[in-house]
Amino acid sequence: MSAEPLSTEQPSVPEAWVRIRGLRYVRGEQVIFDGVDMDIPRGRLTAIMGPSGTGKTTLLRLIGGQLRADAGTVEVAGQNVASLHSKALYRLRKRMGMLFQNGALLTDLSVFDNVAFPLREHTRLPERMIRDLVLMKLHAVGLRGARELMPAQLSGGMARRVALARAIALDPEMVLFDEPFTGQDPISLGVLVTLLRSLTDALGLTSVVVSHDVQESLSIADYVYVISAGRVVEHGTPQALWQSTSPWVQQFLQGQSDGPVPFHYPASDYRADLLADGL
Amino acid sequence: MMDFLQRLGATTLGVTERIGRGHLFLLYVLGGFPSLLPRFGLVIKQIYASGVLSLLIIAVSGLFVGMVLALQGYNTLVDFGATESLGVVVALSLVRELGPVMGALLFAGRAGSALTAEIGLMKATEQLSAMEMMAVNPLHRVVAPRLLGGIIAMPLLAAIFSAVGIVGGYLVAVGLLGVDEGAFWSQMQAKVDLFDDVASGVIKSVVFGFVVTWIALFEGYDAVPTSEGVSRATTRTVVHASLAVLGLNFILTALMFGDD
Repeated sequence: MSAEPLSTEQPSVPEAWVRIRGLRYVRGEQVIFDGVDMDIPRGRLTAIMGPSGTGKTTLLRLIGGQLRADAGTVEVAGQNVASLHSKALYRLRKRMGMLFQNGALLTDLSVFDNVAFPLREHTRLPERMIRDLVLMKLHAVGLRGARELMPAQLSGGMARRVALARAIALDPEMVLFDEPFTGQDPISLGVLVTLLRSLTDALGLTSVVVSHDVQESLSIADYVYVISAGRVVEHGTPQALWQSTSPWVQQFLQGQSDGPVPFHYPASDYRADLLADGL
Repeated sequence: MMDFLQRLGATTLGVTERIGRGHLFLLYVLGGFPSLLPRFGLVIKQIYASGVLSLLIIAVSGLFVGMVLALQGYNTLVDFGATESLGVVVALSLVRELGPVMGALLFAGRAGSALTAEIGLMKATEQLSAMEMMAVNPLHRVVAPRLLGGIIAMPLLAAIFSAVGIVGGYLVAVGLLGVDEGAFWSQMQAKVDLFDDVASGVIKSVVFGFVVTWIALFEGYDAVPTSEGVSRATTRTVVHASLAVLGLNFILTALMFGDD
């Protein structure tokens, strides 16, 4: 497996908004990342893919500064996230939005108030203008009519769209998407895929999508990183990735149950195990 | 033997570390108090959630405790022919001890457990994380108003507990046992001192409100973010907060009334 880029067809904007070098992160005894290098270009949609449990969400938290790397650097907009004090970190976070896997809507606030939350916290805009902004964001995700509902009344797909409206409420430069496609019915899935791409283009967002949904992610991404066992195993454009000769990447993309990633969790010999006098 | 010592050491370290984290948590939360002044609406909302919603259980408990106090007090006082002092006995017991202590125990069970569950679930559903990513400090925005709300609500609840309890005592003493109404009130008025008795009760209830709410909020914030973790944290809140109230009550009583 090589971590060399499959294609030199880098996106036309070479400037990296997020630059990760030699990242190492250890949780307990488990090494989550070991020597990860990554460049996430400005204004593009970058997908970070990999099997469940490879620390994709952890990577987003490292970018957002909620976790600190054990070694290596994570730079966002030219600033080393780990070295920022809390005020500077909060200033940086105002420039990024994050869509959590389950939406993470504030359950005691209505849809409208959820989207208005970052605006009310960080701006002194008059209530009339906040109303207009919130309605525009909700309209963009197709839920202007659902503004009076409470989060408990929303379906999973709607909750994620409201969370998306909230994530872009402050017009951030970057949005981090944590597994945006998981557990969606086909219609919601189609809506989310279209929304992610169109919002990235319309707002000039730097989008980072963390996902293990191959078809959806590859259909909208400009550039893809595949991580496994704490390392970047492949990166390149989606087209280049499909042509990868790595058996591991092919197993992942095709969803084969056995291959370089074995079907069985490491165990002792099956025959010996069955015949063992365990009782 | 080594095993035992090792376990003892690990437990002691664990407890000490948790106490340390609890105090750091408190420092960060207190740092959010100044920002609450221009947004006092957030605190009012929490006074409603912890205080107003606990009113029923506080008032009903206060009524019954006052009634029992009158019954028990009468049985003792009647032997000495001092039943006119029943009002004083009821009022002093309530204002000095039972109002703040029983109020705080009920507050821990009703409002404390609710706070722990609420904060714990907010953590489990990533709402607190989401706030951090929106550059909003959850310790200032979510926890600080709840702490201040608890500190304000508790003395009010204790006062209501005592007031309703005195009415309960009056109903039993005058209505049921035939104690002279004038003596009941006038002795109470003469013997209950505003500073020695009422103020010490208020100080106690402020301290209890602070400690109970602090424990409840810390347990929620520190909970393991699973359903089991939140349920354990809720139980710990009620147990630790109740023990803290009873222990602190002894210390405060010794300080306030010890030299009489």
